[in-house]
Amino acid sequence: MQHKATRYAGSAFTHVILAGYSILALFPIVLIAINAFKDRASIFDSPLSLPNSESWSLIGFEKAMKNAHFFSFFGNSMIVTVTSLFFILLFGAMAAWALSEYKFRGSRWLLAFFAFGIMVPIRLGTVSILQIMVSLNLVNTLTALVLVYIAQGLPLAIMILSEFMQQLPKELKEAARCDGVGEFKIFFQVILPLIRPAVATVAVFTMVPIWNDLWFPLILAPGEETQTITLGVQQFIGQYATDWNAVLASLSLAVLPVLVLYMFFSRQLIRGITAGAVK
Amino acid sequence: MSHVSLKNLKKSYDGKTDVLAGINLEIEDGEFVVLVGPSGCGKSTLLRMLSGLEAISGGDLEIDHARVNDLPPAQRGIAMVFQSYALYPHMNVYKNMAFGLKIHGASKDEIDRRIKHAASILKIDHLLTRLPRELSGGQRQRVAIGRAIVREPKLFLFDEPLSNLDAALRVQTRLEIAKLHRDLNATIVYVTHDQVEAMTLGDKIVVMHDGHIQQAGTPLELYQRPANLFVATFIGSPKMNLLEGVVAEASATELSVTLAGGQLLKAEVDASRATVGDRVTVGIRAEHLWENNEGSERFTGTVNLVEHLGEANYLYVTLSTGQDIVVRGNGEREVELGQTLNMSAPAASFHVFDRDGQAFHRLKPGNLRSSKG
Repeated sequence: MQHKATRYAGSAFTHVILAGYSILALFPIVLIAINAFKDRASIFDSPLSLPNSESWSLIGFEKAMKNAHFFSFFGNSMIVTVTSLFFILLFGAMAAWALSEYKFRGSRWLLAFFAFGIMVPIRLGTVSILQIMVSLNLVNTLTALVLVYIAQGLPLAIMILSEFMQQLPKELKEAARCDGVGEFKIFFQVILPLIRPAVATVAVFTMVPIWNDLWFPLILAPGEETQTITLGVQQFIGQYATDWNAVLASLSLAVLPVLVLYMFFSRQLIRGITAGAVK
Repeated sequence: MSHVSLKNLKKSYDGKTDVLAGINLEIEDGEFVVLVGPSGCGKSTLLRMLSGLEAISGGDLEIDHARVNDLPPAQRGIAMVFQSYALYPHMNVYKNMAFGLKIHGASKDEIDRRIKHAASILKIDHLLTRLPRELSGGQRQRVAIGRAIVREPKLFLFDEPLSNLDAALRVQTRLEIAKLHRDLNATIVYVTHDQVEAMTLGDKIVVMHDGHIQQAGTPLELYQRPANLFVATFIGSPKMNLLEGVVAEASATELSVTLAGGQLLKAEVDASRATVGDRVTVGIRAEHLWENNEGSERFTGTVNLVEHLGEANYLYVTLSTGQDIVVRGNGEREVELGQTLNMSAPAASFHVFDRDGQAFHRLKPGNLRSSKG
């Protein structure tokens, strides 16, 4: 009996810790979400209260939508995130396959080179990146952002994916080779489907920093046409007066697409985990 | 027609030590060849060299008289069945079998026809829409074989296909593979470490050890006339009993050996190349020792362990010289531990090996059972 009691106590403790962490992490998000639906006065009077019939207002969303560029900011963020993600996953998986499957001269050095990319933050190279982009005439284009984000995301993607690929039984590839399947087809039709959970993991880990990034959009593509949503929101923050309604509303909206993407990938994640569990 | 010929085939990983040292072997059309040997003998490596998954370091491999050393697996016209089955986990049974065909551009109808045909042979028609993870071990094995059959290869390669199955299923699948070989008249190379599988399946057994072929022949040849000590002890269960001795008299029809205890033993072998005083090893199988005095060569010993198999029992006997041997006895006769046992064997049933382990030719092998059975 006592044994059972201690076990319950132990699991209760774990849950308290996890719940506490969740509250801590969710608090700012919830604060943004509830205040997005209030009028300006109520935001400052009682920031922690839920919107009621008196304080309810959609003025923030209206202002945000009225901004001529709001939707193009969204579009830019989507284009940059999805394109970068696609190429990171594609090139990352291909490089991981090459590094884990084929042993060639210098393959270990190449792997070390990619690992180096995880350790050194890409922002250290901002000045040189800007110089390169200027000389390539790519400043104020989405291409510039996509290129930088691919470089930023590749090392981690290669690390995680090659780890997974090494775990695939080698007979599978050999069976495919005996079947006369070409190396590209083996990669796309046998290997990729099997490491889908790993791909989803990488996608989630890479997607969020790209969507949230403020640094590179500010430096490489600050033009009206190419601003991403995180940069665009800054328009409502002024030196003297900040339109809090609009800021909070657009931030709430900015969470949505990435949330949808996350849900899409996490279903794959869970499917992968359960598929592995039942042999 | 498919004829496979291995000419001085070599494999070396570092260019210095040979894993396989010059393998010569002819595989006839429709022949079932079993490569057997202890682990590490190079049998799997040899199979992988046939398949093209492993590069050939030296010598020639010919399939249908065309040198295929440098061809990739797919162009050699082979199909391989792996120990772990290696089914594509994300494809159902039908797609698993169709995958290779589709790559080669076979028409939909053709693919369908071949799969239906293979499925009916292997009795997996009802499983075609299942995923590999929903199948039992035996079913997966059949799908793996099915995937090989649909390709209609010149040569089937099996890499220990039964080792992941439980004992009962192994026997059943073994029979099915034998039947399959008969029905398809396929040329098969089959790797196993299990000598029972080798004996039951093979038209020709190739016993390998340390990267060399020790002996190649029919199951009965290997059993009756093992070429050397390794084959003699590897084929047959329980292991052949071995007794050390010295040649006392040698002729083309008979060899007399003085055993360790001073006993003189006669064996009907061609000993024309032996000289008196040579050290030799005499071998006798457990099933050729009788529990009576009908044979010309006699032994006495004490029973110290009995294994009951039902139809027979294995008596572990210590001879008066201290040597341990195994005797296959009548299973329905009671034997007491510690009992003294008189045994005998005809002179024709002995194997004799020279100092290097090479066998003297046996003159009258086979048909040695005592009248009492």
